[in-house]
Amino acid sequence: MTDTIQEPNSVEEVAAGLRAAGYLPGESTALVSYLAAKLGKPVLVEGPAGVGKTELAKALARYLGRTLIRLQCYEGLDEAKALYEWNYRKQLLRIQTEAGDAGWQDVQDDIFSEEFLLPRPLMTAIASPEPVVLLIDEIDKTDQEFEAMLLELLSDFQISIPELGRIEARTQPVVLLTSNNTRELTEALKRRCLYLWLDYPELEHELAIVRLHSPDLDESVARKLVEIIGQVRELDLKKPPSIAESIDWARALILLGARDIDADVFRQTMSVIVKHRTDLDTVAARVGVKLEPAKDASTAA
Amino acid sequence: MPAPPRSGPENKLYARIPDRGPGGFDGQLLAFAEELRDEGMAVGTSELLDAFAALNQISWTVQADFKEALAATLAKSPDDRRTFELVFERFFFRAAEAEAARQDITEGPAADGQGFDMDLDVLRQQIAAALRDGSEGAMRDLARLAIAAFGRGEGSGVLGVDVQRIRRALGLRTDPQPDLPEDDPRRHGVPRDQLRRFEQHLRRELERALIERTASLPPKRPLTELDRALPTGPIQDLAAVHRVVAQLKRRLATQGHELRGRKRHAHVDFRRTMRASLQTGGVPVELKYRPRRPRRPEIFVLCDVSTSVTSASTFFLSVLHALHDSFRKLRSFVFIERISEVTEVFERERDFRAASEAVSRDAGVADISGYTDYGRVWTEFLALIEDELHPRATVIVLGDARTNGRPPRDDVFAAITAKAGRTFWLNPEPQLYWNYGDSVIAAYAEHCTAFECWRTDQLEDFVKALAQPVQAR
Repeated sequence: MTDTIQEPNSVEEVAAGLRAAGYLPGESTALVSYLAAKLGKPVLVEGPAGVGKTELAKALARYLGRTLIRLQCYEGLDEAKALYEWNYRKQLLRIQTEAGDAGWQDVQDDIFSEEFLLPRPLMTAIASPEPVVLLIDEIDKTDQEFEAMLLELLSDFQISIPELGRIEARTQPVVLLTSNNTRELTEALKRRCLYLWLDYPELEHELAIVRLHSPDLDESVARKLVEIIGQVRELDLKKPPSIAESIDWARALILLGARDIDADVFRQTMSVIVKHRTDLDTVAARVGVKLEPAKDASTAA
Repeated sequence: MPAPPRSGPENKLYARIPDRGPGGFDGQLLAFAEELRDEGMAVGTSELLDAFAALNQISWTVQADFKEALAATLAKSPDDRRTFELVFERFFFRAAEAEAARQDITEGPAADGQGFDMDLDVLRQQIAAALRDGSEGAMRDLARLAIAAFGRGEGSGVLGVDVQRIRRALGLRTDPQPDLPEDDPRRHGVPRDQLRRFEQHLRRELERALIERTASLPPKRPLTELDRALPTGPIQDLAAVHRVVAQLKRRLATQGHELRGRKRHAHVDFRRTMRASLQTGGVPVELKYRPRRPRRPEIFVLCDVSTSVTSASTFFLSVLHALHDSFRKLRSFVFIERISEVTEVFERERDFRAASEAVSRDAGVADISGYTDYGRVWTEFLALIEDELHPRATVIVLGDARTNGRPPRDDVFAAITAKAGRTFWLNPEPQLYWNYGDSVIAAYAEHCTAFECWRTDQLEDFVKALAQPVQAR
């Protein structure tokens, strides 16, 4: 880590930095990221799946030149997998090798030292000598007990280990928590965080994102693609297409060498953006049929 | 922030504009937080401290940054965010106007349309062009010109009416107007959201002019519940409905877990107690209890599908069916004059739209007049289902209890509720209208629990109550 940026100086700087890291931030995204770095507060990022919540953390890590430590949450995640665990086997070995000679006190002091500690993501982030970006992904998948455990970490950046005492952060990590809003998070957690709501981007913004990720795609095709995606999102679907799907679709179109999105191309590639059987029917019936006349109009223009 | 000097001696202005709150800008921000609380947002002291800390880090010259910084620290859910936007607009607009009135800053008498000539057609075109390009500053300036040109002095006194009158005078419409000349920007219709923005500007400028003219702030308009209302159109905004359903489903699922952990049940699990007692030499020192199972009620739903409440009831039925895993048994009936079972329709049709079509096509519940006949419905329902009702069953009725002058037969209804364990009545009308006209909800409410249910959060409260385990009788 040579080009570590300790602290950004302005919102514009963060926006430019994120852009250079391959992420096009919206207005509030840059501002909240800046505040997070300045105030040292964790950020709770919410929004529908696939609008770039996780990507934001990655881009921040790239921009700040820090390591990204990621904790993927799931139901049943507990302290042993998130914080730390005692390396039981190693402790056992230690006891067996010295059992005869050393006294009880010595061995006990010894086997509960940092040497026998297995750090998990949260611990790693706290103990790291370099500042890091910590991503706690999909926090809404865990249960409330786990949330409660996070509170100490998020407000004071410290972890208490009964046998060792408190481990405090040596550097100020940037913490991002993401949530798909499947469950109401506790007030206590929200109070400790800055809040950022990411939604599907506006047309021009999404166009810029698609162009950034697949620059080979023709400008007019890209615009049409984004417009169609917008129409599809308006429908009542089980899973509306996200930005990730727009980008995938753009890549697919490049591979196919499509010069325009007409009804045929749309029918063939529709499954890239829509992933449910019933959704496919809806989209074909509502958007697919509109495409033929639209094609004529675009060639005329 | 140093307080700017007040201009002039005591004049009548000070009598009507409220005094500036204490504490300069900090005080203003606290007042803002107070308004947020009034609208139901939980803004804690720690959040306020964060807001101050955040404002220290940014420059206040960019309005968007200022607002985002406050939003990121104060509004912590999409709902809160929406409330925040509305309150922010209202609060800072009023604060700025009050300050201007205190300092006697006016924008000069430009109104009335006299004294300056303006080609009205050019103005119309300019406004349409600004709307097409979406430039915010131009829109604001043009809104003032439009008021000067078409505002006609005092206006009607109702802002909304004035706004619409000016819009019509400008010839702004969202649908294409093919008879206009080729180069007119209004020819292909004005983008809908731009038009809404322009109307907001108009409203704002009108309000500003009103404050200047009368030197008093109009009463604060509290946020309405309208944006939280249930979808009322037949199948309007299906996506919103599904979002509500998905949310409810998850809430229900997690709620069961919560209850299981928290409340202890009084039933001793004998087998586990004896097993545990082996550790203590056969003495049952520690009692083991049976876990408490979440209640999965048997539900009978009766829905009025006459035209006055049809959208609410179909919506409600589809919600229940989307949640059917949470219930042991769910049977649904629709009624107008007669009653008809539609359980199968909803089991077959997963799609809300298809289900509502099937109900209106196949149920055949309207006999002659198409007006609800509650008395007949109760009698038929009781005959149909009498043997299946038992104290663990729940009956839910959704309807507006408007009998159209026919006998309510609340005695038969009482017989139904006596057989069933719990009976709920959901009334899609706001409580204000209950017992007015031919509404006889009071007669039925004696025998059941009546809920007002026209907003999604009310519906959610009800579903929660429904899924909650009741005390064993």
